[in-house]
Amino acid sequence: MEHYISLFVKAVFIENLALSFFLGMCTFLAVSKKVTTSIGLGIAVIVVLGISVPVNNLVYHAVLAPGSLAWLGYPDADLSFLRFLTFIGVIAALVQILEMALDKFFPALYNALGIFLPLITVNCAIFGAVSFMVERNYNFGESVVYGIGAGVGWALAITLLAGIREKMKYSDVPDGLRGLGITFITVGLMGLGFMSFSGISL
Amino acid sequence: MADSKEMKAVLFGPVLANNPIALQVLGICSALAVTSSLKNALIMSIALTLVTAFSSFFISLIRNQIPSSVRIIVQMTIIASLVIVVDQVLQAFSYATAKELSVFVGLIITNCIVMGRAEAYAMKSPPLMSFLDGIGNGLGYSVVLLTVGFIRELFGKGSLFGVDIIPLVQDGGWYQPMGLLILPPSAFFIIGLFIWVLRTFKKDQVEAKA
Repeated sequence: MEHYISLFVKAVFIENLALSFFLGMCTFLAVSKKVTTSIGLGIAVIVVLGISVPVNNLVYHAVLAPGSLAWLGYPDADLSFLRFLTFIGVIAALVQILEMALDKFFPALYNALGIFLPLITVNCAIFGAVSFMVERNYNFGESVVYGIGAGVGWALAITLLAGIREKMKYSDVPDGLRGLGITFITVGLMGLGFMSFSGISL
Repeated sequence: MADSKEMKAVLFGPVLANNPIALQVLGICSALAVTSSLKNALIMSIALTLVTAFSSFFISLIRNQIPSSVRIIVQMTIIASLVIVVDQVLQAFSYATAKELSVFVGLIITNCIVMGRAEAYAMKSPPLMSFLDGIGNGLGYSVVLLTVGFIRELFGKGSLFGVDIIPLVQDGGWYQPMGLLILPPSAFFIIGLFIWVLRTFKKDQVEAKA
């Protein structure tokens, strides 16, 4: 149990996807103008990460990893080179299914999250977390915890950034720096702040 | 056949005037993480330029055959196949670099530059122009990446491409390296300042007051 808690804390703070690996930056910078939309997107990312990382974990260990096709009678097969194509397919399919399921069973939630879901397919944070899961050899339990933790971390970061940007409307930024430029610098400072967590040993 | 002037505009326009990173806010994810050394930045730039160019080319070739309802999946498949090729080549010929770039080669798939150009340009333009547009946007990305990589490696480690340029204090030289530049957040500062410089010279890119 302790192992899972420490993995969760690590995924949320120390290895924050947005602020220490810079994943999902495109949406991170584009959709962080208002706190309410940021929270919506953040929740959508948590849901998609929490599902897609474990599912891809299962797919990888059942089909793609070296020697995993032994149950079909091909103990020497190594399909791991197909993993990019498979993962992106699985993510796209999952997002599509999630969108349809939400539309059918939870229309209110669909109206809140709906516009963000297609964006998430091409969000590097999802794909990055899946790749990290493979690279670090997480088992199924770990991948569930890691997926949710990474999503929470990303949601936290985008909400914080949106809060800062809402306040920044009142400041007088030099012309060339206004908008994108100052946002970059703000994110850099936030990254420095989050780095102070890295000294914590778990 | 397009005339050469138009081709030139498509090829060099994205380098400064319409830079994918600084103006279109595309493809920033990988721009920040791989720039701690110039060598990684260079390899990443080449990989991304090739993938963008060829994916635009192939998507443009079959653009009239793709039903618009499944176009995203078709584009993704083409891009992912190209990235697999790049990844396999890297692992075969430069295993150490492939390990160092870790997941970021795979992340070219979700790099918004590739998708963005496929969606915005290649779906409506002939193959040759799309190819040039891909190369142009790849170059625009490379300019930013190489600038950031150059600054970070030179002032952070005192070297370029792993060769020592400025003698460091700990090796008996005079230069005290700036530790901050090795850390990931410094990439944000450098790109922020890059945008500032670019917009000081190109006034039309300045964003309106909110």
